[in-house]
Amino acid sequence: MAGGAHQGERGLPMRLRAGVVRAATVGTLAFVTALCMGPVVWQALTSVKPEADLLRLPPLLPDTLTASHFEAVLARSTLVRALANSFAVAVSSSALAIALGGLCAFALARLPIRGKAVILGLVLVTSMFPPIAVISPLYLLVRALGLRDTLGALILTHTTYALPLAIWILTGFFRQLPGELYWAARLDGCGPLRALFSVLVPPALPGLAVAALLVFIYSWNEFMFALTLTASEASRTAPVAIALFPGLHEVPWGDMAAASLLVTVPVLLLALFFQRHIVAGLTVGSVKG
Amino acid sequence: MNPAGGESAPVPGRRDGSRPRRFVSDEAWSYLCVGPGLFILVLLGLLPILGAIWLSAQRRLPIFGISEFVGLRNYAALMGDARFWEACRTTLYFTAVSVTAEVILGIGLALLLHGTDESRTGERPWIRVMILIPWALPTVVSARMWEWLYHSEAGLFNYGLRAVGLIQEPINWLGDPFWAIHAAILMDVWKTTPFASLLFLAGLKAVPPDLYLAARVDGAGAWTSFRHITLPLLGPIILVVLVFRTMDAFRVFDAVYVLTGGGPGNTTETLSIYAYKTLFQTLQFGYGSALATGMFLAVLALTAGHMVLLRPYLREVS
Repeated sequence: MAGGAHQGERGLPMRLRAGVVRAATVGTLAFVTALCMGPVVWQALTSVKPEADLLRLPPLLPDTLTASHFEAVLARSTLVRALANSFAVAVSSSALAIALGGLCAFALARLPIRGKAVILGLVLVTSMFPPIAVISPLYLLVRALGLRDTLGALILTHTTYALPLAIWILTGFFRQLPGELYWAARLDGCGPLRALFSVLVPPALPGLAVAALLVFIYSWNEFMFALTLTASEASRTAPVAIALFPGLHEVPWGDMAAASLLVTVPVLLLALFFQRHIVAGLTVGSVKG
Repeated sequence: MNPAGGESAPVPGRRDGSRPRRFVSDEAWSYLCVGPGLFILVLLGLLPILGAIWLSAQRRLPIFGISEFVGLRNYAALMGDARFWEACRTTLYFTAVSVTAEVILGIGLALLLHGTDESRTGERPWIRVMILIPWALPTVVSARMWEWLYHSEAGLFNYGLRAVGLIQEPINWLGDPFWAIHAAILMDVWKTTPFASLLFLAGLKAVPPDLYLAARVDGAGAWTSFRHITLPLLGPIILVVLVFRTMDAFRVFDAVYVLTGGGPGNTTETLSIYAYKTLFQTLQFGYGSALATGMFLAVLALTAGHMVLLRPYLREVS
């Protein structure tokens, strides 16, 4: 066809040009990758540099490596406690958000419900609140409930503010499942809840996992609520520990680098392990609607 | 047609035609399902917002035991507060520059990724990995990381710039009023651009390749087909990214708070940081709440504006 003749005519220059374009693209991508990874790599390098080399540049790479920063950080109970707190809060918030958000999403996607627009509006508005606008009454409320400086306060808060995201994603997933599945179970005499758990939940498991993961990452990284609703090491989470990292005049950069890596590793592993699902989950709402 | 619509839903019953005994109707079930979620959203979401509005009409200094109703006087004070206007300026500048950069760079990166996708078959996971790293990193950690990169003696920035010969004396990135705000913006762009580009990439993949082919047959160059095919079809996603990034950037707190603490001399103090300091450092709950409420109203106005833009897409969702 015309295309073939066209290609035959200018075969070599075309291929050469394509090669140059591809080399340029790959080169730019490599550069972008370096930009994305650079700060993290530098932080990792800092965490194993001996104290004496920290404030000296050049050399870029240290002659000797040390684990002393990690040892120092782990020997202090502050960070270990903060990591444990973060873990407890993030796991509980994601479990709660999935349970509550899943039920909401199910009702919105499959049940006859009046005032759907009002509910969706409330959900949307909550997700748009600047946290700073609610923080002082929330602080007073939590104090009145006797929950100040407890993990419970953080779990409830994180669940609330992650709920819109969970509902959003899960409604999408439930809607994607064919309605026949649900109605066949209902015609067989299942109640709505049994139909939900026996026929809707199994195929929606990937969606539930993505939502849980995103809530976990949100909760693990959340800072403002964690900073204001906690007051002592007993309930401080990892980001707060990093922000309040002890240092008299100058930040102890080696220890800080080690601590921040320890805080990053869990979310990083999750993100890398489930990358495909995360991207799918996050783009489901924005691309297709 | 839509079973969730209610009226058209088939009546649940057994195959033999006998109706099952049902104690709870479907509609009641739906409220039971939505109940717990709504309860917590109202208790910890809506109620605090109303609480903030109520607090904003009070003069409240817990340490002095002062608590009195002052009506709109806090808001009047806000209008005459130079620091408030400065924070507004800083926040708007931060939002405008970082969101613009994120959208432009994000589209560029997406095009790049899309281009390599076409030339080779299959997805390369390392790209997604690289993109997810800045996004997944806790903001506080990335602020500490960049603080170290910006360090005036041992920071990589000054080292690199001096090695290339661009500067002779180290720049005090976080101590200089001009550089500090831009240092914060650069960090924000680093953290959020890659993820925005993933959304754009998803949008690019949805463009039918036939369109480009047809354009090429018609003699359109790369720029023309970008201008007349890619950009219009990417429109909805650009809008979504714009809306959500604007909202996020407008309420920025932890990134800047940890990186600069609002300094030097309040030059990087955003509205969130000013409100936070008023609330929890000077413990002026009334005035701080007026600040926060003002910010909430600003976000609401921004959102309303965005909603008008987004309406066609939202209708599809609900």
